[in-house]
Amino acid sequence: MTLDFTPVWQGWPQLVHGAVVTIEITAASLLLGCVLGLLIGIARLDPSKRLVYGLATGYVTFIRGTPLLVQLFLLFFGLPQFNILLPAFVCGVLGLGIYSGAYVSEIVRGAIQSIDRGQMEAARSLGMSYREAMRIIILPQAVVRMIPPLGNEFIALIKNSALVSLLTIADLMHEGQKIISVSYRSLEVYLAIAFVYLILTSLTGLLLRHMETRLRAGGVVQ
Amino acid sequence: MSTIANPIVAVRGIGKSFGSHRVLNDVALSVQPSQVVVVIGPSGSGKSTLLRCCNALEVPQEGSITICGTDLVKNGQLIPDRELNALRMQVGMVFQSFNLFPHLTVLENVTVGPRQLRKMSKAQADAQAHELLAKVGLAQKATAYPATLSGGQKQRVAIARALAMQPRVMLFDEPTSALDPELVGEVLQVMKALAREGMTMIVVTHEMGFAREVADVVMVMDAGQIIEAGPPEQVFSSPQNPRTRSFLQAVITRN
Repeated sequence: MTLDFTPVWQGWPQLVHGAVVTIEITAASLLLGCVLGLLIGIARLDPSKRLVYGLATGYVTFIRGTPLLVQLFLLFFGLPQFNILLPAFVCGVLGLGIYSGAYVSEIVRGAIQSIDRGQMEAARSLGMSYREAMRIIILPQAVVRMIPPLGNEFIALIKNSALVSLLTIADLMHEGQKIISVSYRSLEVYLAIAFVYLILTSLTGLLLRHMETRLRAGGVVQ
Repeated sequence: MSTIANPIVAVRGIGKSFGSHRVLNDVALSVQPSQVVVVIGPSGSGKSTLLRCCNALEVPQEGSITICGTDLVKNGQLIPDRELNALRMQVGMVFQSFNLFPHLTVLENVTVGPRQLRKMSKAQADAQAHELLAKVGLAQKATAYPATLSGGQKQRVAIARALAMQPRVMLFDEPTSALDPELVGEVLQVMKALAREGMTMIVVTHEMGFAREVADVVMVMDAGQIIEAGPPEQVFSSPQNPRTRSFLQAVITRN
C-alpha cells in the first residue's frame, strides 16, 4: 500500500481555515477560562466562607470529574430541551471555557497561596482592604507565577478543542474529516492534522518561553 | 494603669488561645504619646502576639483595645472592616522578615500606601518618599528593587514605608532578629532617631542595649503575661520577679 497525500494538498485551504477556527475557539475559551478561573480560584481561598467555597468546589469537582465530551454534549444536545438553542461555536467556547476554568482556578489558587503570607499582612497593616491588597500586592506577584502552568493549560486546550468537531464546528479536526469522507485517505489526512496541531502547540510553547524569558530579564520574576 | 493623658494605645484585659495553648492571659498595656515601650521576654512568651493584636493582625478573644481613643477590639469583637482599615492607617508596622513588596521599586514601596489609601498625588507621595528615604539613609536606592538590597537596607525601607502613612504609633516586631549582626546597628540607629523625634513606639526585641538606652518603659513577658514593667534602669538593675531575673541572666550570659 502506498501513501497518497494528494487529498491533503488539494484540501490545504480547508485545513488552514479549520486551523484558524481552532485558534479562535481555543483563544476565546482560554479567555473565558481565565476569567472563570480567577473568580473560582479566589473563591476557593477561604473555606470559612462556606457558601462561596462550597459552590466553587462543587464546580471544580464536577468539571474535573466528568468527561469534557459529556459536558459539551450536555450544552449542545441537552440545553435545547429547555428551548435554549445556542450556536455551535458558542457551545464550543462555553464548554471548553468552563472546562478550562476549573483547571485555571487551581493554577490561580496555587499561585496566590504560594505568595508569602507576610505580603498580605504588610498590605493590610498599611490599611488596605482585602480586595485592595489582592489587586495591588498579591495578584501582580501571583500572575507571574501563573504564566508557565497557564501555558501548559493553553496547549492542553488546543488539543482538547478537537472534540468540538463533534458539535458540527468546522475546526481543524472537522475539516480533516470532511476531506477523508470524500477521499478515504484517513491515515494521510489524520497525519496532516496531527502535524498542524503539533505546529500550533509548538508555536504556543515557544511564544510562552519567550514571554517568560522577557519577564525574567525585566526583573519581574526573581 | 496610667490615666495622665489620653493614651495612643490602650490594651485592657486581652486574652487569646491558639487551641488549648494560652498565648495571652489578661494583658493590659497603655502607651502615652511619644512614649517608647520595649517588650522583652523569652520566645513563646506572647510578645509578638501582643504586638500583632495592636493592629488586629491577631484578634484577642477577650478584652478591648483602643487606638487614639477609637475602639479596635471591644470585648473580643473586632470592629467592621472599613473602620479597621482606617484605624490601621494610624498604626505603622515593621516586621521581622521585612515583607517589602518585591514587584515594586523601593520608591513605589513607600508611595503605594499614601497614593492608594490617602489619595495623595504622585508628586506629593514621591516627594514625601524621597524625604523619608533620605531620613533612613537610602536616598540613592529609590529606583532599586528590594531583591537587590541587604537585610538592613530592606528593613530601613520597611520603616520608611510604614512612616509614609504618617502613623500615630509604630509597632516593631523583632525588627533586627533576621539581620546579620553587622547590619543590626543601622536599623537600631534609625529607630533611635525616630524615638528622639517623639514617635510613639512599641518595640518587641531581644536588643537589651536598645531597651536600656531608648525605652521609657520596659515590659517583661512570660507565659502570656506581663510579669514586670518599669523604667529600664529598674527592670535591668533590680528586677522584682524571679523569672525576670533568670531571663535577664540567660540573655546576659549569652552576650
